[in-house]
Amino acid sequence: MNRADLLACLECDLLQADVAYPRPRKALCARCGAVLYQRHAQGLSRTSALSVASLVLFAIANSFPILSLELQGERSTATLAGAVHALWSQNLQPVAALVLFAAILMPLAELGALAWVVLPAQLGERAPLFGPVFRLLRFASRWSMIEVLVLGMIVSYVKLDHIANVEPGIALWAFAALMLAMAAIEANFDPRELWARVSAP
Amino acid sequence: MSASAARLGLVGCPTCRLVSRVAPAETMLCRRCLAPLELRKPGSIGRCWALLVAAMALYVPANTLPIMYTSSLFGSQEDTLMSGILFLWQSGSWYLALIVFFASILVPLAKILGLALLLVSVQLRSSWRPAERARLYRLVESIGRWSMLDIFVVALLVTVVQLTALAAVHAGPAALAFGAVVVLTMAAAQSFDPRLIWDPLEQAHA
Repeated sequence: MNRADLLACLECDLLQADVAYPRPRKALCARCGAVLYQRHAQGLSRTSALSVASLVLFAIANSFPILSLELQGERSTATLAGAVHALWSQNLQPVAALVLFAAILMPLAELGALAWVVLPAQLGERAPLFGPVFRLLRFASRWSMIEVLVLGMIVSYVKLDHIANVEPGIALWAFAALMLAMAAIEANFDPRELWARVSAP
Repeated sequence: MSASAARLGLVGCPTCRLVSRVAPAETMLCRRCLAPLELRKPGSIGRCWALLVAAMALYVPANTLPIMYTSSLFGSQEDTLMSGILFLWQSGSWYLALIVFFASILVPLAKILGLALLLVSVQLRSSWRPAERARLYRLVESIGRWSMLDIFVVALLVTVVQLTALAAVHAGPAALAFGAVVVLTMAAAQSFDPRLIWDPLEQAHA
């Protein structure tokens, strides 16, 4: 048996034959039940399209207000960068850094790294620094928390709605769309297909 | 054939999944993607315990100190994690109160207890219900991120209300402790090596 036909489960290290099932979308480890890999017919081209769309949504989401509040004729708005700034100026620099990290830097790194490795692969080319950028992608996707941020926006909206006149901003919708796009990436991205394509002999 | 890659002298690349033969060199690199290869994460148990104990210690101030100060013309008020949840509950948004209770109180607690159980069982080289423990690990890893919820809520409330002259919201010290709990428990879950759950079973069969 060639070593290229083998696969070790990432969670229990069980060595398994890498059988290319055409049908099922997800293959599970025979011993511990972790997802071994997922396959999708147009996985790579869908991931490419979604990564570009997500970068556009990310730019919109970070340029417009998330919420705007009207209290006794006064109007104030919150953007994500504004939230980082507000926490910073209240002497909570570590919390500001955490929000910057999990809501801005890591999602940007995840989407940027994904586009970097996937788009050239569409044309059959291996992007420069492919390995390190792929590792960055894996790290960033663990710490990017767009879906948690969107839930946080909803909770904030409801809390403020009890005390003042609050309206959702453009960025709230953009973040919600970004959350869906990133979930679609998660469902369609098959790293093994990508590695197979860029390391062809 | 039912054995771990390690027992057969093989190692799977964590990045590109390519299976390589274990080399005697001190640092192995994957020949396809140049990622460092390790049979098991080095120092996994010690690092995980250290991060976990720090998270346990900070869990207390995170829940008892105020996370938010609100002041307006009608007076000022301070909120802890729990009183913020009660506010949501009493104002009729019980479904959001449940979500926040789950994300801010239950998830960190479940992560701390779950990881402690996994660590103790691995240190005892237990072969008790490995499939269930593997599932517990996956659960701990996947729910961890949701505890960031309250940090994001505080960040948004502080920002949108600080600019008005009539009311102000300031973040409290619990935000600091709570943010640290989230990061520490996530880092602890990532430093735990779930492959250790299965290693005692293989030696029992060998």
